[in-house]
Amino acid sequence: MRSFTYEKARSVADAVAAAARAPGAKFVAGGTNLLDLMKLEIETPAHLVDVNGLGLDAIEATPDGGLRIGALVRNTDLAADGRVRRDYPVLSRALLAGASGQLRNMATTAGNLLQRTRCPYFYDTHQPCNKRVPGSGCSALGGYSRQHAIVGASDACIATHPSDMAVAMRVLDATVETAQPGGGARRIPIADFHRLPGNTPHIETALAPGELITSVTLPKPAGGRQLYRKVRDRASYAFALVSVAAIVQRDGSGRVALGGVAHRPWRIEAAEAALPKGAAAVAAQMLAGARTTPDNAYKPLLVERTLAAVLQHARSQA
Amino acid sequence: MEDLPHLKLSRRELLLSGAASVAVTTLEPVQAQTATPAAPAVAKVTLKVNGAERTLDLDTRTTLLDALREHLHLTGTKKGCDQGQCGACTVIVDGRRINACLTLAVMQQGASVTTIEGLGTPQALHPMQAAFVKHDGYQCGYCTPGQICSAVAVLGEIKAGVPSHASADLAAVPQATVAELRERMSGNICRCGAYSNIVEAIVEVAGRTA
Repeated sequence: MRSFTYEKARSVADAVAAAARAPGAKFVAGGTNLLDLMKLEIETPAHLVDVNGLGLDAIEATPDGGLRIGALVRNTDLAADGRVRRDYPVLSRALLAGASGQLRNMATTAGNLLQRTRCPYFYDTHQPCNKRVPGSGCSALGGYSRQHAIVGASDACIATHPSDMAVAMRVLDATVETAQPGGGARRIPIADFHRLPGNTPHIETALAPGELITSVTLPKPAGGRQLYRKVRDRASYAFALVSVAAIVQRDGSGRVALGGVAHRPWRIEAAEAALPKGAAAVAAQMLAGARTTPDNAYKPLLVERTLAAVLQHARSQA
Repeated sequence: MEDLPHLKLSRRELLLSGAASVAVTTLEPVQAQTATPAAPAVAKVTLKVNGAERTLDLDTRTTLLDALREHLHLTGTKKGCDQGQCGACTVIVDGRRINACLTLAVMQQGASVTTIEGLGTPQALHPMQAAFVKHDGYQCGYCTPGQICSAVAVLGEIKAGVPSHASADLAAVPQATVAELRERMSGNICRCGAYSNIVEAIVEVAGRTA
């Protein structure tokens, strides 16, 4: 690990100013992904700004009937919150399908959104990776690509976003709230938060350098049957090969987002009109233009079947 | 040859103690030393470990795991993968189980840490330790301290009503069933494969504390 200086910020303004002051600074909250990457020297911050003391750990009602989730709310606490379990169960389910109990106790809401890919070539510092070293090439394209993206990818990067929580946030139409270095604040719809790789896979989110996530808001409850189904190599504690977050209403309408297939949570709103027609019609539209490798050519069919299972489950509960 | 105590210091400890004497002693912010760009930054960290307050001068890079093992010589907590995948380093911090390898000691300033050494003693085992012995919940034993710390916290999480992936109904009060325990313990890997005995041990303690 490279040497770094450390400070504990006392306020949001303090944290943002501290990061702006120190070139190469990073915020640290749960640390579960950042520390791992620092040990491998994939992340090499010269200065760490610890934001754990900022008090952004409350879940509170918003005036429009939704919830504001503080950036530092731990994954365990968000999944266990009574309002989330009752009104946004797809979010509880997605959180509980991710990581381990120990990691969920540390990992934060904002940090979960900012997780970096688990592409093995991103982690292997001896291999070219455009995300780790821009311009060096993509080893996954001609390499071991069983876990990789089938939609929205580019010739520069076929990595997937690893988060389960973010897939639920996408289907719930969450909004990311930030504090900016100049003292401003932004509200970024989750649909615009994660970027597709294009030619700049090292730029993963809409955040500007030094911009700090302060909270994530959820609109008023969408109702319906809310399900999260994750298909993985082990029954627990593994990243998704494919996951489906769905909200299905009694009349058969609803929303769907996918995990494990793209550089960001994958949702195609126009495809949702086909939900009453069944999984095949929806999957075909969501995966239009999909590009697979021999290793991940199983994913389109797995998406369709997982979606079919979710829709059947939703109907059986209705 | 005379056994000089100071020669038992590792090179790292010597470097650290030397660095600490010139480093700032306040925590916030910790400044890097100016001699060379690669010089380590040092922080004074106070932890309450197994009930006793301990203060250390640590390179900011020191994980909680290394602080416990290398600096406090509490070697019960094990380093398996050092990347949060195996659970051997599980300790209980402020009542919650975490991977000690994935947090910096400096981030845990003032925290209460319970390690396997703080749960029980050879003369007075914690009920979970006794149950692991009774049910032979290990083979090589390397993952065992992490398994036991995790198991103690798991029962606390169930008691507090925290749901899991195995909970069929999010609205129901979770129970310490085998399915629940297996899911909740999935962050602790046992390469010897003692899982069935581990689950039996936890089930027994859960029955006793229910």
